[in-house]
Amino acid sequence: MQGPARWGGRATAARIEPAGRLRHKEGQAGGQAVIELRQVGMGYGGRRLFAGLDLSLQPGSFHFLTGPSGAGKTTLLKLCYAELRATEGQVMLFGQDTRSMGRDAVALARRRIGVVHQDCQFLDHLPLAENILLPLTVAGRRAEGEVHLPELLAWVGLSRRADALPPELSGGERQRAALARAVITGPEVILADEPTGNIDWDMSQRLLTLLVELNRMGRAVLVATHDLTLIRAAKAQVAARVLRLREGRLLQAGADL
Amino acid sequence: MNRAMALMRRLLALLRGDPQADRAVPPTGFTARLTLFTAAAMAFLAVFALALSTATGRLAERWGAELARTATLRLSAPEGQMAAQTATALTILAQTPGVASSHALTPEENRALLEPWFGPDLPVESLPIPQLIEITLEEDGFDATGLRARLQAEVPGAVLDDHTRWRAPLTLAASRLRWLGVLALGLIALSTAAMITLAAQAALAANAQVIRVLRLVGAQDVYIARAFVRRFTLRALWGAMGGTAAGLTALWMLPAADTTEGFLTGLGFRGAGWLWPLLIPPFAAITAFAATRAAALATLRAQS
Repeated sequence: MQGPARWGGRATAARIEPAGRLRHKEGQAGGQAVIELRQVGMGYGGRRLFAGLDLSLQPGSFHFLTGPSGAGKTTLLKLCYAELRATEGQVMLFGQDTRSMGRDAVALARRRIGVVHQDCQFLDHLPLAENILLPLTVAGRRAEGEVHLPELLAWVGLSRRADALPPELSGGERQRAALARAVITGPEVILADEPTGNIDWDMSQRLLTLLVELNRMGRAVLVATHDLTLIRAAKAQVAARVLRLREGRLLQAGADL
Repeated sequence: MNRAMALMRRLLALLRGDPQADRAVPPTGFTARLTLFTAAAMAFLAVFALALSTATGRLAERWGAELARTATLRLSAPEGQMAAQTATALTILAQTPGVASSHALTPEENRALLEPWFGPDLPVESLPIPQLIEITLEEDGFDATGLRARLQAEVPGAVLDDHTRWRAPLTLAASRLRWLGVLALGLIALSTAAMITLAAQAALAANAQVIRVLRLVGAQDVYIARAFVRRFTLRALWGAMGGTAAGLTALWMLPAADTTEGFLTGLGFRGAGWLWPLLIPPFAAITAFAATRAAALATLRAQS
């Protein structure tokens, strides 16, 4: 793996950035939140997972979301890219209330969000390169992605695996490929659900470094994880806020992290 | 005009396709075969329904025209008076406005007429067969009531048959057969749409995870639907082309049609009529396009 600096840092990031998309530079906070949850509640089959939850992801911010298994971390992330609809409160994507967004509007909003799913969510019949290009393919912008694909594959250390099918990849390769797919559109926010769940420590560090680098390029990052070691390692590199989801409430984590 | 052009552009774009977008949805074996088979079978049947419809249309016109322009006079007379009464009847007919010509059938013609029922050796001369006079009418027809009255006065044994009682039920039957053909075509189109809808729904259900992933990366419903719609439209087109070719071959192999022969040998197309079945494949493709698009968008709505 060549590492994020080799992928090109600012210059490369600027090339893959859609025109006018990136409104805030590195580390810049304030302005309109890219994703905002206002008094959001969520229940499943009579069980209330959380309620009265507020969260604002500003451009250039870095958040960790932690909490015990079953606390609702994945659900909260799904609310953030409108795969689920909140049962209470408002979820705002780029200033739009998801309650008033149709399916097409949600699809367009998702093109501005890069998601690293816990289970990666690839199309198993397509080679890795095709999977990584998929967000641009569906947006009719595939050509621009093809230009930068080799560079992006090198950045995530998958240059030699471009033609492999997803089932042929290791857990770490899948996670890195998922990250590559998440960033190929130049999204304004990156949501990662347990991105280091299936990989070893060394690979976790590499992934973390990629996320930190993206954050430095101005992307808002929200990582759901129960891996406290990863959070501590990240805090050494970036000013990350740690949120703890516990007993239906979202709290600022203490200094112990 | 602009809307028609836009529709044409969309259809062309659909047929041209987007190979990358098509690859996003994996090919599904049984729905592909089902669609091909259904389209081929329905196109084969459609060729015959179309042939039935056009053949009965021709038949109705032929029967109507032939029977409308002819009449028959049947003459029964005591032995020895037949020739005189026949001559009188022919004279009356020659004087009747609207009658183009009249012709008393010879014993040979009588024999030929009865041959299908009694065989070739029938001694018609020794049988008390009435004299038949074939009347050919002018385009405007004639006054049948007036002619009957005059014949009754001068040739009491003559019975005029203007074919009205034959013509009406025959043309009605032919006309109904024609509409049955059209109805069959409609039912075939509906069945094709239903089968392709079911196949498309099965394909959509089998690809629920693919659809989920496409949605997660920002695909809009139209994009996802297009991949399925194009696939099913092309399958229906290819299947219908095969079925139409098979149907036309089968029709072509039927015995040659002849106006004097029966209905079945007339089942087929004439001249430019052979071009009608060429409309079946594009029609099948349009049917598949509409059915798949409706099914895909409904399923995607339900899955959201």
